[in-house]
Amino acid sequence: MHFKANASAKLADVVLQGNLKNAKGKFVTKRAEAIKDLDDFEGTRDAAVAIRNKVIDNLDLWLERFEQKALDTGAQVLWAKDGAEVCRLVTEIAKRHGVKKVTKSKSMLSEEAGLNQALEAAGIQPVETDLGEYILQVDNNEPPSHIIAPAVHKSLSDVADLFHKVHGTPRKTEIPALTREAREVLRGHFLSAEMGLSGGNFLVAETGSVALVTNEGNGRMVTTMPKVHVVITGIEKVIPTLEDLSTLMRILPRSATGQSISNYFSILTGVKRPEEHDGPEHLYFVLVDSGRADVVGGDFHAMLRCIRCGACMNHCPVYQTIGGHAYGWVYPGPMGSVLTPLYAGIENSIDLPHAATLCNQCGIVCPVKIPLPDLLRKLREKQTERGLRPLTERIGLRLWAWVAQRPTLYALGASLGARYLKWLAGESNRIRLLPTAPEWTLGRDFPAPQGKTFRELYAARRNATPRA
Amino acid sequence: MSSREDILGRVRAGLQRNGANAAAGREAMAAALANRVQGPKPAMDSSPKALLERFRVKSEQQSTTVDIVAQESDAPAAIARYLTAMNLPKSAVAQPSLAALDWSGAGLSVEPRGARDADLVGITGCFCAVAETGTLMMCSSPETPAAVSLLPETHIAIVRAARILPYMEDAWNLARQELGALPRAVNFISGPSRTGDIEQTIVLGAHGPYRVHLVIVEE
Repeated sequence: MHFKANASAKLADVVLQGNLKNAKGKFVTKRAEAIKDLDDFEGTRDAAVAIRNKVIDNLDLWLERFEQKALDTGAQVLWAKDGAEVCRLVTEIAKRHGVKKVTKSKSMLSEEAGLNQALEAAGIQPVETDLGEYILQVDNNEPPSHIIAPAVHKSLSDVADLFHKVHGTPRKTEIPALTREAREVLRGHFLSAEMGLSGGNFLVAETGSVALVTNEGNGRMVTTMPKVHVVITGIEKVIPTLEDLSTLMRILPRSATGQSISNYFSILTGVKRPEEHDGPEHLYFVLVDSGRADVVGGDFHAMLRCIRCGACMNHCPVYQTIGGHAYGWVYPGPMGSVLTPLYAGIENSIDLPHAATLCNQCGIVCPVKIPLPDLLRKLREKQTERGLRPLTERIGLRLWAWVAQRPTLYALGASLGARYLKWLAGESNRIRLLPTAPEWTLGRDFPAPQGKTFRELYAARRNATPRA
Repeated sequence: MSSREDILGRVRAGLQRNGANAAAGREAMAAALANRVQGPKPAMDSSPKALLERFRVKSEQQSTTVDIVAQESDAPAAIARYLTAMNLPKSAVAQPSLAALDWSGAGLSVEPRGARDADLVGITGCFCAVAETGTLMMCSSPETPAAVSLLPETHIAIVRAARILPYMEDAWNLARQELGALPRAVNFISGPSRTGDIEQTIVLGAHGPYRVHLVIVEE
């Protein structure tokens, strides 16, 4: 993952920059409006934190409890250590039931696992049915750039060109017409797929149910029409009761899209009952670890509270500037910069914990109060502890530490440095090119210091102001 | 070792699980499941009249249209009026639970059954409704198949005013009282299906209905 190169490319991409600028702020405004009609948003956040902590602090017990209840309802519960095991289990289920086509509602975990590629390799057709995910799938399986608005980096005109090319229909320029076209294509898939695959927003331990938050209705389709339904979720998604579900639903859609509730909110329990007209005959839960178990109880435990609303990225100045693809993996923005190192390896994502200004916008809006800047800082510490920082940085820091421990030398260095920079700026007071760190002045001028160091100014001031 | 044991083993190691904290954890879990603590809820006037009004306002905010009739037997005629006004077909699929209403008397051709792709209008009841957000609670059963509110382009729901409850928490309690265990599918519906996936512009009628019309029965 080459974050710096990716980010530079995204900054230079004129079309993407236009699309990002267009998208900027929409989710922010909607969220700000939506939280107003909760009398006690802060209290609801605190309640949500308590709910999530209750489970992750005793995650083994809650998982066993959920599993037992799910089995009681007639579902089957499978466990996957990693993405490869997810792919193997889902492919086996598909083969067992003679499945040729799988309709999918949005599942970030299936992205983590690379499930579509595995299904295709096994001769099974995966069809993404969330409009955003569908757009990406027919565009050569482009990865999503946002966890709830996967195609947010694309413009109307991008989609118009794409559908014209892929569907072979006349080019449409109205969003409703493009949406209708996708609806008509996907309706056939909903009715012919033998298996539906969904993620899960929450697993309810009280009832052994999965809760799905959707707007388009595709989540309902894939869990109602096919004869097999497979739920793929992370092991951290368990919550205790239906009451807890109601509390979390007051903050999830508001934080995500700025809705007071999503259009559809489905709580699915067990399989089709005798005499029922619809619903799957087989229900499987695939509970996925993929790095989560090792986060339990450690420095990053609080990250397991995450309910995947996307508010942190919507409010992040870095995300808004470079978009989601630059982060290089499934989860972008601040939550991604924490999750990717944890799940894909700290050594494989060296730049991500630094891809933040630590302004704490993300921490302020996070509905479950995850201290994202603290976690990013902690990851930076881990990099240093494990000696993963670049050699020049390590030598530089050692050198600085050596000088900083010698006050006279430090004062001399600072004084020379300040005078050198002032000389470099000359008349203009601005430095166009910093010879020792040219990257700093690549896109901006460096303001020149006034010629004296802080310590010199402080000493002068103390001498000039007699003490009372 | 199975993946299950491996995963749970590492979770237990992370939590430094031992006999004492396992007992405490079980106790906390039992308490959470027994107490069913409710979070803060927005204040609401819960008189029947205020609930109906809030439910209507919130529903309309989600692009749902609302009609109010005096009694259930008035619903077929009200639905016929809506279909005529909207220039929609007079034939529909209805959940079997509504088979007893006099549909043909209102000039409608209504088939009580599960839904098919070709159905353009789907008529349902609802288990109850939630005033807080303007939401229908649908519980699946042989009499109330889930797809009737999903496949057709138009969804019409008959809502009894007495079944409009303040909060989702009240809906769960009603379900526990009347149904015992949860049905296969509980679907909370708040307006027509929609998407904002192209330029964050909201479009109605993504995969489900383009329009949702409610007939509230006051009796």
